[in-house]
Amino acid sequence: MMYALAAATPETFWAWVIFIIQNYGSLFLIGARNTMFIAITGTAVGFAIGLLVAVVRTIPIKPSTPTPIKAVVRLSKVLLGVYIEVFRGTPMIVQAVVVYYGSLQLLGIDLSAMVAGILIVSINTGAYMAEIIRGGIESIDRGQTEAAQAIGMSHVKTMVFVILPQAIRNILPATGNELIVNIKDTSVLNIISVTELFFMSKSAAGTYFRYFEVFFVTSVVYLIMTFTVTQILRWLERKLDGPENYTVMGSQTTPAGTIHVHHGDHRPGLGGK
Amino acid sequence: MSKVKTIHATPIAGDASKIVEVVHLGKSFGSNEVLRDIDFDVRTGEVVSIIGSSGSGKSTLLRCINLLETPTTGDILHHGQSILHGAHKVNDYRTHVGMVFQQFNLFNNLNVLQNCVVGQVRVLGRSKEIAEQKAMQYLEKVGMAQFIKAKPRQLSGGQKQRAAIARALAMEPEVLLFDEPTSALDPEMVGEVLKVMRDLASSGLTMLVVTHEMQFAREVSNRVVFMDKGVIVEDDVPEVIFNTPRHERTRSFLDRILDR
Repeated sequence: MMYALAAATPETFWAWVIFIIQNYGSLFLIGARNTMFIAITGTAVGFAIGLLVAVVRTIPIKPSTPTPIKAVVRLSKVLLGVYIEVFRGTPMIVQAVVVYYGSLQLLGIDLSAMVAGILIVSINTGAYMAEIIRGGIESIDRGQTEAAQAIGMSHVKTMVFVILPQAIRNILPATGNELIVNIKDTSVLNIISVTELFFMSKSAAGTYFRYFEVFFVTSVVYLIMTFTVTQILRWLERKLDGPENYTVMGSQTTPAGTIHVHHGDHRPGLGGK
Repeated sequence: MSKVKTIHATPIAGDASKIVEVVHLGKSFGSNEVLRDIDFDVRTGEVVSIIGSSGSGKSTLLRCINLLETPTTGDILHHGQSILHGAHKVNDYRTHVGMVFQQFNLFNNLNVLQNCVVGQVRVLGRSKEIAEQKAMQYLEKVGMAQFIKAKPRQLSGGQKQRAAIARALAMEPEVLLFDEPTSALDPEMVGEVLKVMRDLASSGLTMLVVTHEMQFAREVSNRVVFMDKGVIVEDDVPEVIFNTPRHERTRSFLDRILDR
């Protein structure tokens, strides 16, 4: 039996790589799938958390606001500030251990590793996204808010229809960053045995003690995932920006046509008179 | 010349024929008093111009009327109903009082048509079809119907301002406030915006215009208000303000600005 194993053992680096892919390919795929699932879900939920936190943190307090509402808003802002500081100020690997074991010991909730993993990534991302989105909201010119208020929009309507669409477009690159960081950082969840790519790789490597070859394959898989996501986000940004050209509606005095707007030149070639 | 000043602790019942009535209004930013004891009104069909040098408080008055600034003292009445102290909903009031900004402030995420539709649908609750129909009607009026698909960043200043006027008109307000609508424009684009405003005035729209365009104030307004250092110095027909002003401050301002 030992002979048979020895005979089947590859000798060169590339032979090992091929051997590992053939024997553990499905393990890598499952790991990659779980990694992507946790990263995408965590980023999406984190984004939603960040959105809520940022909208609350940008509620204006006016002197005319009734005192009880003022107190509630102020308290919420303080609590949300604490949340952001705690989850940005501690490593995710530590948060994973504390939440996974703490939820059972303290609250008696037995989370599965996967659920705990998604929870950690979501809450952690939420803390970062809250600050990114707040920056995005505050970067939008005050005139946009005033114009929305002047036609009678409430704070929420102003946010939903005017400010957030612009803020979210502006923070898309930063959000993409978060997603890519999450794809890589889910690897720390191996500490609580989540079956993501790093955990799977460790299992594969342990069998033959071929750490270099296995983790070479692992890094290629991570790279493929992050590169693909980067390209999709680029495409999304271009799509959200819309075409640089716009169609002029035909009228009796001006024929229909397309106006080409060049980058850096915000004045169309056709006058409006 | 002693004038008895009544202090109103509770909102008073004003004149319902006045669309907007400003009563003893004051506004301070910290210790800086920008407006002091302003009494002022706008009636249906009037075109009122507010003139005065920079820092006289004219823009702040306009912004107070739309509650973009909260007045420190006094009250604003809408058809005799208090906006600041009554049960009046601020957002509802704002749909009756439109605003055109110096910096246009078109919604950058929406194209020209959507800019004119979003408020009608989301605030007034009109259907999309009706809102688009109305938007087109007002965009025709300001000569922007061709550009409905354009985003604000693709337009010139004059085009943006005309689109912004259409957006305000589409809400069909009782009075339209203009906050120095041509001050941010290149000189060759001032004419196209003023022409739209003249057309609107002659079609009977009630307008309140803060402006540095003295010719417009003189030819188009029914009333001209001169402000200086946070108070209304003079409020009269344009002939009086421009030809025989009663106050020295008005005269010296006009001499300076008209170079005469």
